[in-house]
Amino acid sequence: MTLALDLGLDLAFGALILATALAAVAGQGLFRAVVFFITYGLLLALVWARLGAYDVALAEGVIGAGLTGVLLLMAQGRLRRADALADPPARGKLAAALAGASVTAALVWAWFTLPLPQRIDLDAPMAASGVENPVTAVLLNFRAWDTLLESIVLLAALVGLWMLARDAEWRAPLGPGFHARAGGVLSVFGRLLPPVGLIYGVWLVWAGADQTGGAFQGGTVLAAVILVAMMAGLARAPRVGAPAWHAALAFGPGVFLLAGIAMIAVGGGFLTLPPEFAKPVTVTIEAALTLSIAVTLALLVVGPPEQQNGGGT
Amino acid sequence: MPEGLADIATIVLTGIGLVFFLAGTVGLIRFPDVFSRLHALTKADNLGLGFIVLGAGFQADDWTQLAKLGLIWALALLAAGTVAQLVARAALRQEGRE
Amino acid sequence: MSGLSVLALTGAGLIGLGIYGLLAHAQLLRRVIGFNLVGSGLFLFFGAAGAREMPVDPIPQALIITGIVVAFAASALAVALITALARATGRATLPEESERS
Repeated sequence: MTLALDLGLDLAFGALILATALAAVAGQGLFRAVVFFITYGLLLALVWARLGAYDVALAEGVIGAGLTGVLLLMAQGRLRRADALADPPARGKLAAALAGASVTAALVWAWFTLPLPQRIDLDAPMAASGVENPVTAVLLNFRAWDTLLESIVLLAALVGLWMLARDAEWRAPLGPGFHARAGGVLSVFGRLLPPVGLIYGVWLVWAGADQTGGAFQGGTVLAAVILVAMMAGLARAPRVGAPAWHAALAFGPGVFLLAGIAMIAVGGGFLTLPPEFAKPVTVTIEAALTLSIAVTLALLVVGPPEQQNGGGT
Repeated sequence: MPEGLADIATIVLTGIGLVFFLAGTVGLIRFPDVFSRLHALTKADNLGLGFIVLGAGFQADDWTQLAKLGLIWALALLAAGTVAQLVARAALRQEGRE
Repeated sequence: MSGLSVLALTGAGLIGLGIYGLLAHAQLLRRVIGFNLVGSGLFLFFGAAGAREMPVDPIPQALIITGIVVAFAASALAVALITALARATGRATLPEESERS
């Protein structure tokens, strides 16, 4: 393909992304804003694929557009039921536009003037990491601290979200209550999708060691399977304190932490993987983390315990 | 430049697919209510996606890539059909209430 | 201008749009959308910077994936706060300066 066509395609993508983002910010109606935001996320995933960042493309597609989209749509429904959809016209438009435009201008200036940073050479550490996908190696080996703390941040967000439940509703199941007609399209869909989603999610984690994929992308697909199963009435939303769910939430960070400590015993340091153990330890941590990511993300979307109110979803 | 029959088939089939997408989008914008819009969108886009999948299939290296393309089409069909039903039911319920 | 610059400038534009949405709207759910636009615009800018040399640098990619996940967790917490506020007060906007006492 010629370079001119590439530039044209990038210009088209940039324009489409900015247009959908503008519609999400300034368009009329909350529902419409949410729908444009989801479209925006999917376009962004395509751009990440164009940049050759396939792992990010998957993450943006499943988390940025998919899960965040479901989260915002459910929030819109909850605000509708609470009669709180009032969307007053924007105020202080000029000041806000000036603030936004000046940050954009500063970044444009930075892009064209700042020098290329020194690149860290990953060839030698990659050879000792036991995996082929450099993104997986960075996430679970070279910068394992970041990822360990990230998995704990997810858990902390879930605990914080549960704290927002009303006292009277603390024993109620999580979420607004999902209703699907028995034998209706949604319950059929809920039976067809989970097997495929399960295989795809696990495959993404397994393939993530050497190709595109990984614990976060695979875990999010599994989270989607859990959500579809709940929405289709196949699985019940748990209550706070359900032991099996708690175990699933803590399993990933727990295995990560124990593996990190075990590395001290075998001659590395905390979370420093010696080359001879790197591959099995990385894969073990990823597998455990996937389960916890799936359950945590699904429960973050479902929300705090709530008395069933008979409203649809 | 296209080389060989496979490339020509890809270009023709993808082109047909795009025409269906265009028709579906025009329907989405021009049709008056939710139900006719859904009709335009699901039928035209599913067919369009089918043609694009067929077109891309001519570029596949082996049968596993063909199987993946087929799976993508099947899943998109399933999701589009389900969502269309759900949107239509929500719209019916809203009309009944208002 | 290269395609890469187009995408980086798109990212810069998204950050500006997001800041506008974050500051100008009273409806809190719109602010969550604005916050997410700032985040994803920043990721695009950062990712384009990491793609200036081939092959694409994996370190920014790993950091961006971490960022996407954390942004989702923050959004979920924000949405729960907004819902709690709406259920308690019947509105999802912050009180005006003049209404505070």
